[in-house]
Amino acid sequence: MRVFTGAGLLLYLALSAAAPLAVAGTDDEGAMALKDGPGKELTSGMCMVCHSLDYIPSNAPAMDKAGWKKTVQKMRERYGAPLTDAQADTILEYLSAAYAGKT
Amino acid sequence: MSTRRELMLGALGGLLATPAWGAADEVQISAALSGKSALIRRSYRPPNYETPLADLAPLYTANESFFVRYHLALVPVLEPGEWRLSIAGSSLKTPLTLSLRDLKSRYEPVTLAAVNQCSGNRRGLFMPRVPGVQWESGAVGNALWKGARLRDVLKQGGLGADALEVWFSGADRPVLPATPVFQKSLPLERALDENVLIAYEMNHAPLPRWNGAPARLIVPGWMGTYWMKHLTEVRVEPKPLESFWMKSAYRLPAGAFPGAHFASQETPETAPVTELLVNSLISSPATGSRITRGKNVQLAGKAWDAGAGIQAVEVSIDGQKSWKPATLGKDVGRYAWREFSAPLDTSSAGTLEVAVRARSRDGSQQPRALTFNPSGYHNNIVQTLRLEVT
Repeated sequence: MRVFTGAGLLLYLALSAAAPLAVAGTDDEGAMALKDGPGKELTSGMCMVCHSLDYIPSNAPAMDKAGWKKTVQKMRERYGAPLTDAQADTILEYLSAAYAGKT
Repeated sequence: MSTRRELMLGALGGLLATPAWGAADEVQISAALSGKSALIRRSYRPPNYETPLADLAPLYTANESFFVRYHLALVPVLEPGEWRLSIAGSSLKTPLTLSLRDLKSRYEPVTLAAVNQCSGNRRGLFMPRVPGVQWESGAVGNALWKGARLRDVLKQGGLGADALEVWFSGADRPVLPATPVFQKSLPLERALDENVLIAYEMNHAPLPRWNGAPARLIVPGWMGTYWMKHLTEVRVEPKPLESFWMKSAYRLPAGAFPGAHFASQETPETAPVTELLVNSLISSPATGSRITRGKNVQLAGKAWDAGAGIQAVEVSIDGQKSWKPATLGKDVGRYAWREFSAPLDTSSAGTLEVAVRARSRDGSQQPRALTFNPSGYHNNIVQTLRLEVT
């Protein structure tokens, strides 16, 4: 798992350094960026280890805080995302604030 | 076997030319799906792209516009000459290793037309909304598949008396070692069906890279999740496959839907998705279209089921109060879709509330209301659109 931590950290640092470019309708993953808010960098860096960030806004209409909690749990328990409890909490708070669009 | 896996990381790719997790032999940056026409992106990585409705108008969906569905981000590029398929398992007497040339030359080639549909097709149209890839109506297509019968291959290896399931693995891989690799199984009796193929051609061309090259499983009448792409291993086993992708994903509430049973994978609470349900799509006109009064307009689309065959397609233009039969096109095989068309009455101005419903020869018909399930599978409700006659 130490190996992954290195890669995750690299992605995290890369994201922090990259200027966010929000371009609609693009197929350029590097141009995908999440909304501003506390926890954005951690969320971007950890989620995009395995998948592009477009999954997050596209799922927002189906999500409330309980939905994101289930998803973060699924990513940890089923898909093996190596998040600490504190990181999972930060990500959950960020997603619930920025991407909970369930009506 | 050399397996080159492509990891699409956009602008970050340059920073990760040598991935620290070591899962990929070679990393490339790709901003689009090579060899594919413009598709609707549902996610970039893993790549999930659906076919625009206009591209579903032909009887056979073109390879370059056929939908793309991956669970895992490391998509393999397999060299056809070096690809090998392992046929093994505790319930197989003699293991085999086949090259693509073996598969093509040792077994009778079979060509059949079949619909490949993602279980989550139209998930994005669920109300209330459910999480997952937000597919609309284009995670489906119809193609001519050519390959060897799985049962011819398995019979050469010799089946043990205790065989229960056939397990399938492909070459796609997750980024993290802890993520479950994509594996699926079929009940033995289905795996031995004469229509189940290990296909190496699609619409008379080698399988496209994004649709499972160089060989994939074809399970006519069953959902796309069983059609393992980039097939590398087939195992005949006396026990149920304990895979996340069987036990947790692609599950339905027990008894909620019709379709074949998969007894060795069922629990009292849930059952795996299995067969397609009767369904249809309207490829034209597009919803919201304006039509000049008196103009000759044909409603056109496709209808399909799990293989019993389409008995009738009916069209309503008055908000589902009255129905008239559509004309069915040529039958090109029980697992293919059937084209339909119907003239629209555009003699008076106003809104047309158009609806289409298909009925299978097995007696089932598209329902009006959605059967909710938490993962958003089996959305086969009556298709509707609204047209303005002016």
